[in-house]
Amino acid sequence: MADRSAEVRINDFSEVDCGISAEEAVIEAERCLRCKKPACVEGCPVGIDIPGFLKYIEEEDFRSAIGIIKNSNMLPAICGRVCPQEVQCEGECILGVKGKPIAIGALERFLADWEREHGVTVPESKEKRKERIAIVGSGPAGLTAAAELARNGFSVTIFEALHAAGGVLIYGIPEFRLPKKVVAAEIDEVKRLGVLIRTNHLVGRSVPVEELLSYDAIIIATGAGLPAFMGIPGENLIGVYSANEFLTRVNLMHANAFPQYDTPVKRGGNVVVIGGGNVAMDSARVARRMGADVTLVYRRRQEDMPARLVEVHHAEEEGIRFLTCTNPTRILGEGTVTGVEVVSMDMCELDDSGRPSAKPIPGSEQIIPADVVIEAIGQSPNPLLIRMIEGLVREKKGNLKVDEKGRTTVPKIFAAGDVATGAATVILAMGAAKVAAESVRKMFDGE
Amino acid sequence: MYQVKSARLLAENVYETWIEAPHVSRNAEAGQFLVLRIDDEGERIPLTISGVDGDCVRVIFMAVGTTTEKLAALKTGDAIHDVVGPLGQPSEVHHFGSCVLVGGGVGIACLPIIAKALKESGNSVIGIIGARNKDLLILEDEMKEACDELIITTDDGSYGIKGFAAGPLKEICESRPPDAVWVIGPAIMMKVTSGVTKPFGIKTFVSLNPVMVDGTGMCGSCRVVVNGETKFACVDGPEFDAHQVDFDLLMSRQRFYHPEEKESREHHHSGGCGCGGHH
Ligand SMILES: Cc1cc2nc3c(=O)[nH]c(=O)nc-3n(C[C@H](O)[C@H](O)[C@H](O)COP(=O)(O)OP(=O)(O)OC[C@H]3O[C@@H](n4cnc5c(N)ncnc54)[C@H](O)[C@@H]3O)c2cc1C
Ligand SMILES: Cc1cc2nc3c(=O)[nH]c(=O)nc-3n(C[C@H](O)[C@H](O)[C@H](O)COP(=O)(O)OP(=O)(O)OC[C@H]3O[C@@H](n4cnc5c(N)ncnc54)[C@H](O)[C@@H]3O)c2cc1C
Ligand code: SF4
Ligand code: SF4
Ligand code: FES
Ligand SMILES: [Mg+2]
Repeated sequence: MADRSAEVRINDFSEVDCGISAEEAVIEAERCLRCKKPACVEGCPVGIDIPGFLKYIEEEDFRSAIGIIKNSNMLPAICGRVCPQEVQCEGECILGVKGKPIAIGALERFLADWEREHGVTVPESKEKRKERIAIVGSGPAGLTAAAELARNGFSVTIFEALHAAGGVLIYGIPEFRLPKKVVAAEIDEVKRLGVLIRTNHLVGRSVPVEELLSYDAIIIATGAGLPAFMGIPGENLIGVYSANEFLTRVNLMHANAFPQYDTPVKRGGNVVVIGGGNVAMDSARVARRMGADVTLVYRRRQEDMPARLVEVHHAEEEGIRFLTCTNPTRILGEGTVTGVEVVSMDMCELDDSGRPSAKPIPGSEQIIPADVVIEAIGQSPNPLLIRMIEGLVREKKGNLKVDEKGRTTVPKIFAAGDVATGAATVILAMGAAKVAAESVRKMFDGE
Repeated sequence: MYQVKSARLLAENVYETWIEAPHVSRNAEAGQFLVLRIDDEGERIPLTISGVDGDCVRVIFMAVGTTTEKLAALKTGDAIHDVVGPLGQPSEVHHFGSCVLVGGGVGIACLPIIAKALKESGNSVIGIIGARNKDLLILEDEMKEACDELIITTDDGSYGIKGFAAGPLKEICESRPPDAVWVIGPAIMMKVTSGVTKPFGIKTFVSLNPVMVDGTGMCGSCRVVVNGETKFACVDGPEFDAHQVDFDLLMSRQRFYHPEEKESREHHHSGGCGCGGHH
């Protein structure tokens, strides 16, 4: 896997990781032990037959290899790029115990990219059936559920509030990690299965609840898009963003190419990013690419950061300054932000999440100059639609209540993805969507 | 793509555009807005839904910058890439008794649809509409029709009563206090005018216009402070209790992108957009 050098890539939004060649792919696949009970498969939330596709790579039969992946995963070019493989498939690979696990993600990406270049075969759909299914939200959960149901012959409509489909894949995860043309191509495949995607339709408003309920089944896949703010003084000053806003302006609206594109965003200067997850890393690296000097403030230790390892590593390479065991207490400025007051944190005993809890150290306050502050401290499900449908239950943190089959508390309404789990991962959202789609099918087949 | 069904100049720099968008028009209620994006390079901007006719919605706007100038240049038959709506909470319409609707400048655009809804709920409605001068006054006829009584003010006295709308509003509060008041216009006008009803303890609504992006509660760009609490105007509003709004913060945040907005206008006027200075 070759990354473009940090000095070069901080000047553009092109992909960081250039992927691997066919030769490299074959050599890597040859290392696989073809375990009888493959641990890697256990680690993949959608249970891809990993040794199966590795065998075809070894035989240089890439077409069959990608076919195997697509039996379980309709969005391999995306997952190959953004799955936290180190805690999933690769984390479980037996070769990882003593040495390096198989680079499963890179191989998955290779196959998907290969197929896009060599012509995509759209899987066949079963005979058309009469039931109409509505899916709310076009993120990975909505797309996956739609593909599954369309392949089973259902007539599927996705409603998406934004002007473009893809959810976080299109507005959150930046171009240099997940090129938008890759997302567009995978969405195009879903459309070719016959799925109708209606953008600019906010369900609950553009589509009234009664109209939604006129579908034979509904899958809510509205994600966890509601940004949290810390609740510290100074948050409404000019220059303070939620990560969602900052990333949306750049990724969805192309503010990095302002004024050619009309959407503005504050650029350059000193940027302080608050948080330690993928969202924080993405915000920091986007700001860096627009010429800023970036400091990332995280209240625990670097090893506690929930971001994918490779993103933390890339951020460091790109010159993002990490200020760990540090917590913001106030944002300073008159009208416009000028700085952030932070306090050092003392790491104490482990908490429920297995990470150390942290206590502020009195007298350790310091001020970091800032022109822009980006808060990336978490998102929860948008309550708009959930509140409008009678009978749906919101659990703690606003998550929509579902059972293990993806059923909500209202008949014929199912849900999957971040809306039910809270902010999680692409592949978990997809896994849950498959379960929900299967439940829908069974409901109609009387199983 | 959404088609422009008609477009015309209403007053100096103020335009009226009807757009075909059935998913918006069929579900729109008084007080809601839409977000549109004109072309592939365009930004998303919010505009109040100021009228509905079958599959079409009307927006009335002042050309103040890049996007509203682009919109003003669109003619019948042209297309707008994206229109989403209706967004925001509808106006709180029920039987109050008597209501006063105050509109300033292009804010008047919001009023007829609210006036009609209030009338349908059995309220009596007095309208007060104000503009800098006679030529800038919009929707006089429509407001006359929608209200039981209409008062007009102009800053320079070129038409109606000379002065601000706050004057007649105060008189009404003293002589025949209404049960609810709406004040919609530029932030400073809403701040000053809604101040009039406060000593009388009259329920007063304002429609806030902070900078927005998605309009669906996803970004937090539109945050405003009401009663000491941060709210997202696009989903919690845009209408709020006037007497609890932090107007100074609203006005400050409206200036968030002033330098960039200037740069954008210069870019477009210099032909950087390839239009040769036509919008
Ligand atoms: C910046 C960022 C980086 C991330 N990086 C990674 C990563 O590297 N790896 C990883 O695995 N995960 C990552 N994640 C998490 C991952 O993107 C999410 O877990 C995943 O996208 C959830 O999918 P979803 O389909 O449930 O929801 P979303 O992707 O959030 O999609 C929901 C969609 O529903 C739409 N919607 C909401 N309400 C309505 C409504 N009422 N009507 C119509 N449409 C509606 C929204 O506009 C949105 O498009 C990241 C998240 C962010 C924000
Ligand atoms: C809920 C709501 C309803 C509105 N209804 C109307 C209406 O009916 N008629 C009307 O003329 N105007 C309305 N506005 C204001 C309108 O959105 C702005 O005038 C418009 O966005 C200006 O864009 P521009 O590119 O032409 O000008 P710019 O030069 O970019 O901006 C001029 C000023 O407009 C404001 N503005 C800029 N971008 C945005 C944005 N994305 N969202 C909100 N405000 C922005 C800022 O205060 C800015 O300083 C409404 C605003 C909101 C929030
Ligand atoms: S989908 Fe994700 S977890 Fe599963 S094999 Fe691919 S990269 Fe690994
Ligand atoms: S665990 Fe590793 S070695 Fe075993 S089958 Fe999976 S990829 Fe191959
Ligand atoms: S405009 Fe994004 S949350 Fe209101
Ligand atoms: Mg603008």
